[in-house]
Amino acid sequence: MDDVILRVKNICKYYPGVKALEDVSFEVRRGETHAICGENGAGKSTFIKILTGAIEPTAGTIEFEGKEYSRLTPKQSMDLGISVIYQEFSLIPYLTVTENIFYGREIKKGLIRDMSAMEMQARELCKDMGVNIDVRKRVCDLGIAYQQIVEILKAVSRNAEFIIMDEPTAPLTVRETQVFFNIIKRLKEEHVTIIFISHRLEEVFEICDRVSVFCDGRYVVTKDVQEIDRRGLITYMVGRELSDDYPTPRREIGEDILKVRGLTNKNVKDISFHLRKGEILGFGGLVGAGRTELVRAIYGADPILSGEITFRGEAYRPRDPGAALQAGIGLIPEDRKRQGAVLSLPISENVVYSILKRIAPMGVIHSKDEKEYVDKYIGELNIKTPSPGQLVKNLSGGNQQKVVLAKAMATNCDILIFDEPTRGIDVGAKQEIYALMCQLAEAGKSIIMISSEMPELIGMSDRIYVMSNGEIAGELLSEDYSQIKILEIASSKL
Amino acid sequence: MKKKNNNFVVFLLDYGILVALLVLIAVFSFASKNFFKTNTLFTILRQVSITGIVCIGQTLVMLTGGIDLSVGSVAGVSAVTAAICLKNYELPIWLTCILVLILALIYGLLSGLCVTKLNMPPLIATLGMQTSLRGLAYIVTDGLPVYGFTKAFGEFAKGTLAGIPYMVILMIVLFVIFIFALSKMTLGRYLYGVGGNEEASRLSGISVTKVKLMAYGLSGFLAGIAGLVLLSRTSSGQPSSGTGYEMDAITAVVLGGVSLSGGEGKLHMVIIGMLLMGTLTTGMIMCGINDYVQQLVKGIVLIVAVAYSEFSKKVRNRIIVTA
Repeated sequence: MDDVILRVKNICKYYPGVKALEDVSFEVRRGETHAICGENGAGKSTFIKILTGAIEPTAGTIEFEGKEYSRLTPKQSMDLGISVIYQEFSLIPYLTVTENIFYGREIKKGLIRDMSAMEMQARELCKDMGVNIDVRKRVCDLGIAYQQIVEILKAVSRNAEFIIMDEPTAPLTVRETQVFFNIIKRLKEEHVTIIFISHRLEEVFEICDRVSVFCDGRYVVTKDVQEIDRRGLITYMVGRELSDDYPTPRREIGEDILKVRGLTNKNVKDISFHLRKGEILGFGGLVGAGRTELVRAIYGADPILSGEITFRGEAYRPRDPGAALQAGIGLIPEDRKRQGAVLSLPISENVVYSILKRIAPMGVIHSKDEKEYVDKYIGELNIKTPSPGQLVKNLSGGNQQKVVLAKAMATNCDILIFDEPTRGIDVGAKQEIYALMCQLAEAGKSIIMISSEMPELIGMSDRIYVMSNGEIAGELLSEDYSQIKILEIASSKL
Repeated sequence: MKKKNNNFVVFLLDYGILVALLVLIAVFSFASKNFFKTNTLFTILRQVSITGIVCIGQTLVMLTGGIDLSVGSVAGVSAVTAAICLKNYELPIWLTCILVLILALIYGLLSGLCVTKLNMPPLIATLGMQTSLRGLAYIVTDGLPVYGFTKAFGEFAKGTLAGIPYMVILMIVLFVIFIFALSKMTLGRYLYGVGGNEEASRLSGISVTKVKLMAYGLSGFLAGIAGLVLLSRTSSGQPSSGTGYEMDAITAVVLGGVSLSGGEGKLHMVIIGMLLMGTLTTGMIMCGINDYVQQLVKGIVLIVAVAYSEFSKKVRNRIIVTA
């Protein structure tokens, strides 16, 4: 049992300005099911990508089956028998189970596929794994759990001895998860090594032998699951100290400005909350908890199915983002490159993009007004650029984010929604954005901030709602803040 | 030193098309001794004045990341509709023009609706429009040319101001209007914005549907103008007229540096792309190159233009990375 199949030593992965992984060393034993836990951004996915050869580590070595590698190529990784089961499936929906399992290495009789031989083998495989699937069914006609299983069958049929599962249970219901776990148990009997990544800590305790914790790109600890409990695990995951580099609030919080009652759509259910004037309201939760979807609905970017919103005492239901902006609600989206800025246009045109109508009587843009706005926001937000004509794609991440922010601020909204405002930007720009958010709140604007960075969420928010699985799972006032509490609530509805 | 070098490369990428035009003129001047004359210049201008108008609309659509294959058919059906209005119903010229242009606008909007509301790929939506409108042109004319309407309608194509044909002036005026609209008006900003990043535009409160409808509608409208000019020039409404305009227009627009994925490109550069196409056609005719070969050459030019546009994008990105 102490036979080590994978040993990583001092693995580092640096991106410009970001240390995604730093000095990670640990071992995985042959035949064990090894969980990797950590918050969003702890470095789990980076680690997996290094194992599959998708990215190259900056430093360190990977020892697999006793052989040392400084990096793996995707081909090497596959040849070593490492396979990954992603959340998004790599199956071909309109082919049958059998066809998918044998995709790319079909059994042939001469030039023709030997369907019956393949089906027989596929059936045998299912029997071995203890699952009951009609191998002639098309994959798209199967439930998600079974699709997931087909994916595993595909890996097993290729004699994979080392399977990485990245949040495999995220889309599954409780019953489906059980079916899935039975397969994992079978695989264990076959001495297949599994790396299991999940935010659902219960599952880690139910199915895994050992668990390793990552935090902020560093490896923290490896424990037998018997030696640790849920609380202990969370404490390891949180790991870090809160730093004091958040501006101290000097703002006055006023009356309710926005009230949401029973808001429901495709992604969120029965959301009720309120936001006060001059408040910075935090939304915590795991990735996929429905926070982004919630604010998109409030911003008119996604349809609302039911529920009521009152904004400044009046009923509010935006048709589209234009209507939300008109009413006085702005959004700074989470993905600035895809949703925030038009990268191919200059800073100036981005800044005034949402307010063109105001500076263009009869459709002709008044260039003096435009320049005034642009200069004002470049100055106010300290956007570092040689000229307002610079294309946004040539700016650093922090400055791009400031441009997106400037565009929203130019509309002079009463409520500004920040979705992951500091993701992937450097520390200096982060501080500036925090300071700006506080200034806005002090000036009487209300702010909703979604953040997956715990210290930021705790450091900035006057109040925090924690979402879990499309619902608001709890509300925390500043005196009750703790990372452990937030994480616990965040995983409460899974 | 290195930087200077890069600047030169960027200049070359930006104005490579101008160099190509000059080379082409030089080649034809060698090949045909009649080529290098003021007369030829007017022949070219007169010839491109119709497709030039189509190019403007095509540019608007391509800036949004779309494409409009229906422009040739819109021009054709507009020409025959005008001819029928003038001949069969003896409508006054002004009324005919208004009627035809409203219809052309509607054709464009229909394409736009298919693209926005029905979520169809622009290529397919406008291909459908292209074929059905061509069919319509044959139906309303019974497949026969319509001629014998008032001579007054032909005056426009013959007329000149200070030696410059009216139709060339019309094209220049339209170019000036749209160059202004693209750089100084909200319409231009929205077109570039939607083409550059549709999702960001939507989240910035811009109605992407409206912007695209505007682009396709204007493309139809401008193709309608082109159809009227064409009718004035030929004095006969041919149901097949305008065939292949989309090809010339798309090539000219791509040559002018408008990105196929939208969001980038300048209308004034499209003028050069258009002149290049006109020079090529006129030059080939003057050198006695036959129709079939001309078609072959035009197809190759389109492919080379697209390849060049992709290539220059790559080089540009590399320069930005190394800079």
